[in-house]
Amino acid sequence: MSKMVPVKQSYSIVPERDYHKSPILEAHHLGIDFGGLTAVDDFNIAIGRTEICGLIGPNGAGKTTVFNLLTKVYQPTRGTILLDGMDTSGFNTVKANQAGIARTFQNIRLFKNLTVLDNVLIGLHNDINCSIPKALLRTPSYWKAEKAAKTKALDLLSIFDMQDLANAEAGSLPYGAQRRLEIVRALATNPKLLLLDEPAAGMNPSETAELMENIRKIRDTFQIAIMLIEHDMNLVMGICEGIAVLSYGKIIAKGTPAEITSNPAVIEAYLGKKEG
Amino acid sequence: MLFISQLLNGLQLGSIYALVALGYSMVYGIIMLLNFAHGDIIMIGGYIALFSIASGVHPALAVVMAIVGCMLLAMLIEKAAYKPLRSAPRISLLITAIGVSMLLQNVAQLLFGAGARSFPSSSIINAQNLSFGGIQISITAIVTIIVTIISMLVLTFLVQKTKMGKAMRAVSEDLGAAQLMGINVNHVVSFTFAVGAALAGIGAILYCCRYPLVSPTMGSLLGLKAFVAAVLGGIGSIPGAMVGGLAIGLAEVLVTAVGLSAWTDGVVFAILIIVLTFRPTGFFGRSMMEKV
Repeated sequence: MSKMVPVKQSYSIVPERDYHKSPILEAHHLGIDFGGLTAVDDFNIAIGRTEICGLIGPNGAGKTTVFNLLTKVYQPTRGTILLDGMDTSGFNTVKANQAGIARTFQNIRLFKNLTVLDNVLIGLHNDINCSIPKALLRTPSYWKAEKAAKTKALDLLSIFDMQDLANAEAGSLPYGAQRRLEIVRALATNPKLLLLDEPAAGMNPSETAELMENIRKIRDTFQIAIMLIEHDMNLVMGICEGIAVLSYGKIIAKGTPAEITSNPAVIEAYLGKKEG
Repeated sequence: MLFISQLLNGLQLGSIYALVALGYSMVYGIIMLLNFAHGDIIMIGGYIALFSIASGVHPALAVVMAIVGCMLLAMLIEKAAYKPLRSAPRISLLITAIGVSMLLQNVAQLLFGAGARSFPSSSIINAQNLSFGGIQISITAIVTIIVTIISMLVLTFLVQKTKMGKAMRAVSEDLGAAQLMGINVNHVVSFTFAVGAALAGIGAILYCCRYPLVSPTMGSLLGLKAFVAAVLGGIGSIPGAMVGGLAIGLAEVLVTAVGLSAWTDGVVFAILIIVLTFRPTGFFGRSMMEKV
């Protein structure tokens, strides 16, 4: 049962079209300590249902830790995470994924020895219902389920024009294509919120421009929220509707791209304090 | 002439090693555990078949009971002994596996006595040896080889084509990422143990047809040799286990054929030492890279 939580204006990065809907993700006072070190503290955010939200900050600010908290790789020390109004405390990574959070990784973690198609089919895992005896006996329902899954996988691959690479080994793809395949694999798990950890890392400017188009296309087609960590400011400023800036584990600024670029606290975090 | 019957002999023994080695390799591929209790599951399979045939069960049903019994036992061992240690250091898992192996051997001694019992192999495969112009061809060897080929084809299909097989390969490559894609690792691990044990059960029947004796310690040496086969093929690799098993079987028969039968076990373990020294990844193994 999802309870309706009104979007708080103070979060201010929810785009207008999502104002009247409950947010897809809310984090309240989220924090985690590793031993005596506080990696993330008092992290509050609300993300609209179809928002593209950027999470930026200097190296070591705790951005990937936030992703690990949201996907339950780490259990938070403090605070709560509501996904679509549902409290996710006590979830493990599998349950978080099934509840609708999918992600990619900063250092690509594809199943490199499997084919491109199989990587996507593993993402579709939750959808295919076919027992081992059925698979061995090759019953008609097995073929039907397999065929439907394969069609869906190829459809997803076509977002990035990768359907021709379906039978290639994932590890043999060029770097940019591996990043794109990770996004497709995450999409295959049918998420409500897609977390992209540095999707443009290692891409050249034209690949990055194409990626921006595709991220927008994914949001428009699937009507899902996307949160991304990225160091490429052209990409972040170009596609994000809301941006949160993290420094030393704390949010120091939230707002639209225009507000963020002119925020003195952000400039200080990135460039250091002005002398004198 | 002699060569052909020795070749068949070697392929028969090698097939059995390959079936058992697959269980080692698959489990290692998934949770990085050298499951030293695997050999003793074979022993239990042998006893199940022995007692069910002795109590008048149809031999075909007895074979099925042995295989299912092995699967259930392996899944129980995994749940009771290994699952609580999933995040413990790997050495704890290894020591636990050795402990489970000892437990199984001693419980079997307690229940069934320390002595060996003869296995009614003729009620499972009952046929005379064929002879073609001086070549003796053992039907048991032919059946063993055919059953092994069928088992491996089924296994390959299972691993390559089915949803569970894909999940297995995904978990063996990156457990964390697989979980984040919604794969239930507990199911995958249980399934892997069950499949490995089913192959061990088949291996148990075939082994008892070749050496019709069942004893509480019969699994330890067979298990160790199958482990050598898995290492030779590249532990974690399914085709490696198949090839490694056949290679060890042929090597053993070859050593016997040249008249050094006292040395067979020594040669097998010498192979282990040589592989670990010069090519620790075996024929098909992946080189271990530190994950960043």
